[in-house]
Formats: sequence, C-alpha cells, structure tokens
Amino acid sequence: MAQTLLSLSGVHTHIGPYHILQGVDLVVPEGGVTVLLGRNGAGKTTTLRTIMGLWTASQGEIRFQDRAITKLDTPEISRRGIAFVPEDMGIFTDLSVAENMSLAAANGPIDAKRLGWIKELFPPIGTFWNSSAGTLSGGQKQMLSVARAIIEPRRLILIDEPTKGLAPAIIKAMTDALRELKATDTTIFLVEQNFAMASNVGDTVAVMDDGRIIHSGSMRELVDDAALQEKLMGLSLEAHQ
Amino acid sequence: MSDTAIKPRIEKVPFKDQFFQKLPVLLVPFLAVAGLAAIGNPASWLTLTVAGLAMGMMIFIMASGLTVVFGLMDVINFGHGAFVAVGAFVGFTVLAWLAGWTASPSVMLNLAAVLIAILAAMLVTGLLGYAFERVIVMPVYGEHLKQILVTMGGLIVAQQMIYVVWGPDELHISRPEAFQGSLVIGEAAIEKYRLVAVVIGLALFIGMRHILKKTKVGLLVRAGVENGEMVEALGYRIRRLFLIVFMTGSALAGLGGVMWGLYQETITAHMGSEIMVLVFIVVIIGGLGSVEGCFIGALLVGLLANYTAFLAPKVALISTIALMVVILMWRPQGLYPVVKAK
Repeated sequence: MAQTLLSLSGVHTHIGPYHILQGVDLVVPEGGVTVLLGRNGAGKTTTLRTIMGLWTASQGEIRFQDRAITKLDTPEISRRGIAFVPEDMGIFTDLSVAENMSLAAANGPIDAKRLGWIKELFPPIGTFWNSSAGTLSGGQKQMLSVARAIIEPRRLILIDEPTKGLAPAIIKAMTDALRELKATDTTIFLVEQNFAMASNVGDTVAVMDDGRIIHSGSMRELVDDAALQEKLMGLSLEAHQ
Repeated sequence: MSDTAIKPRIEKVPFKDQFFQKLPVLLVPFLAVAGLAAIGNPASWLTLTVAGLAMGMMIFIMASGLTVVFGLMDVINFGHGAFVAVGAFVGFTVLAWLAGWTASPSVMLNLAAVLIAILAAMLVTGLLGYAFERVIVMPVYGEHLKQILVTMGGLIVAQQMIYVVWGPDELHISRPEAFQGSLVIGEAAIEKYRLVAVVIGLALFIGMRHILKKTKVGLLVRAGVENGEMVEALGYRIRRLFLIVFMTGSALAGLGGVMWGLYQETITAHMGSEIMVLVFIVVIIGGLGSVEGCFIGALLVGLLANYTAFLAPKVALISTIALMVVILMWRPQGLYPVVKAK
C-alpha cells in the first residue's frame, strides 16, 4: 500500500453564500495518478483550489507529506512542492513562452537537462520558445501550462481538466505526456470529465457529487464495473467510447 | 510522446494586424505633423512641441505609478494626487534649505540641489505610500467603491496635513539658476527646464521598460497584472510585490510633484488633486495598467494641450477630454489594453 501524500479530512469550503465543499474526505497516495471525477458543479475545481489555498477551507484539515497545510497561503503551499495547472491554464499571454517558464522556475535558473526533457515531452515549447504565449493555440497553451508545472521537480501536481476543449490528437499527446510524467517521481492529482482519458492514465479514482466524495478506490475496479460507473456517474465506459 | 503527430507551426502575424497593433505609436508623430501644418510657423511649432513633450513627460512620471498600481493591484487610487503634492512640498523644503546651491552659478551645485530634492521627495512619498497601502488600501482590496471612498479620504487627510506643516498659502519655488531662461534655436526659444523634463521623463520611461521587460521583478509585475492568482500559485508572494509597486508608484508621483512644482513655480496643497484630472485621462487613454499606453497618452495630451492653447485657447479647455472621447471610441479599452485573466 502506497504512503499517503495528500489527505483531506472533513473539508468544507464556502464561496460567498454558497457552501460548495460539504465535508470532503480524500486520500491521494504517493506516486501514480489519482483522478477526481464528477459531473459539472460537483466541487472538483473547488477541491483543487482549496488544496492550493486559493480558497480557504472553512472547516476540516488538509495534510501534505503528513503536515497540515490548511492554513498556509498559496505561495507557501507551492513552495512545499505542489504545482497547480488551473482549468483556464493560467498562461501569462503578455509574456513569451520562455518568460512563462522562467517565472515557473521560482527557485533559480531553469535546469537545462530538465528543460530538454520537457521540450521532448512537449515539442511546441521548444518551437515557440521566444514567441508570445498569447499567440499559442489552445492545445499549445495547455502544454505550456503543464510544462510550467514540471519545470522544477514537484512532489504533487494538481491538474484541472487538461483535455477540456482540445482536439483528439492533442488529448492523446497530453495523455502520453501524463503517462511519461507518472513514470517519474511525481504524483498527479487529476480532475477530469473525459472518462476515457481518465481511465487511461489513472491508478486510483475518487468520484465526487454535491461537494462530497461518494466513491474512492482503484481505477481498474471502476473501469471493469459498468454497473458501478452507471451508478456513480450515469454512464459507462463502453457507452462513452 | 514521440510517436504523436504534433507538428508545431509558426504562423506569421499578417502585416495589417502588425500595423494595427503598432498604430498608437504613430499617433505622436502624426499629431506633431498635424500641429506643424496647423501652426505654420516652424519656430512657434518647435517651442510648443518641446513644451508639449515636457508637459507630457511630467504627466507620464505622475501617471506611470498609478497605471501600474491599477493594473497589478486592481486598485483605483484617488489619493495618488496626495503624493504629487507632498513630493512638491518636500522638494520645496529641501530646495529652500539648499538656497545657496540653487542660487549659485555652478551647474553642478544646481543639479546636486535638484537631485537631493528629488531623492528626498521620493523617499518621503515612498514611505508615505507604504503607510497608505498598509492602513488605507490593504483593507479594501477587491472592493472598488470602498477604494474610491477611502483613497479620496486619504487625499483629503494628506492635504490637511500639508496645511498643518506648510500652511494654507501657495508657495513659490524658484528654479535653480542653470534651469532658468531659454535656449534660442533659430527663431525658436526653448525653456531649458522643459528640456530637462523631457530628458528625465524619457530616461524614466526607458528605465521602466527595461525593468518590466528584462528583470524578474518586471516579469512578476507583468504576470501579476494579467493573473495575480497564478503568480501566487507559482510560489511568489504577490502582496509583497503589491507593496513594492505601490511604494514605487508613490515615489514616482513624488518625483512628478517636484518636477511639476518647478515647472509651475508655484505649489499648493491642491496641486495634486488638480493634476489628477489629466493623470486619469492619460491612464484611461493609454489603457489601464499599460506603461507604454500611458507614455503615448501623456505625450498626446501634452502636445494637444499646447497646440490648442496656441491655436484656439477656448478649445484647449476641452481638448484633452475630446482626445479621450475620440480614442475611447476607436479603442474602448485604451491604446494598449491590458489583458486580465481575473
């Protein structure tokens, strides 16, 4: 059994008058890919933003590497080794690709070897190195967003719907890249609605609804159990393909 | 991912689009040429153009801090004029102390006196900016209406403090000997001080551009203007950056105050709030948060104000507002709109 890297216990989050997370209990094991599934509005993005400290948990505890991070601010959480790829990609469009990457290397100059690996993983990063990030296509921006998150070694990467709105070829490229990333020492916590993609890369899975985790277990188990998929998400992988 | 068929392409931006993007830069020479055609006499035109550029540069100095503060921090600071006035009064005090130097025929002593006055004004207004940000602005981040109210309140408090320290009367500053008088080029008379203002404004613009484009702090400011949340998620403390930018913006307003005071040769506690009308027009014309836009906007306002004052003094009263209206009809978000991801 892999060690726990990140855990959420009874986490509640309020945004204005809305009570979004209503007692989230979740464990992300060390290594591999944990996927968070759920319909629109279930609270997946809020879960990631609460982990990142962008929204503050009103109740409950978040622990990372066995230390509480619930009350830490976002920069401190980032420095503890958690990277975040938001749903809107968070690209600085006024800056060049190189400048985006340089800012992401918060702890010093970019490591040339690691950058070489990233350019192999995402060829457009090299091709458009000096171009304005605003001129990139949606898929290229998503690659830049993930590349930025891995420019320095991280313990955990939170990725929010990396395939949203992308063409099938780009989704495949992104899936391959996540697989390769998974082979390194990095743990990935992925929010995804594309079940085919999620089942392709995921090792463990949690399903969310109405601000709570309603199922967690291995991805294999969920993929193999069409009735469970139907029950949890109202769909089955076969029907989805 | 090597087996995946992704072939990156570089598509050249069409010339038409490139030209359209650069178009605002051409407005300044266009306005200058139009001014020459309207004025007719090259000597008068040269005098007015240098006066317009000098005025524009001084407005830019005062406005640059405000636009960056708005862009990065999303703060509408109506109290910015307080730093202009305080800067002018601190500069006045220092120049009064150094009266021996300013009256001396030595250019070096004159320059040293002005430099010390500027540094003192920037130091005081920078520190005042620190207090202003911590006490007045910090509690109202993200709340525009409250920002307007409390920063206006801060401006009034600052003006009253000026009354307490320097008294209610307007004060007269004499320019140092070396900055008095004019240079005569052909038939055109160009005030020496205006040339100094142009040089300082230009140096500041080049320096700011260099910092914003070439340094990590500049990158952070540009990134923060667009998406402050993401900057934090990358591990940077944006609140600290806010404070640095606010203090720098306040110090620049202080510098602008000294220069504007020396230009007008009269300072009052209300000078900051009076000049703020032009400063806001420039910031809006340029595109909220854009330093380049602010620079071009300031030069346009300076040139137009001087040309119209010569050609049709009554029109001069509305010329800058008319310029803003025309530019906003053409580009509703200003000359160089800043993309915000928030």
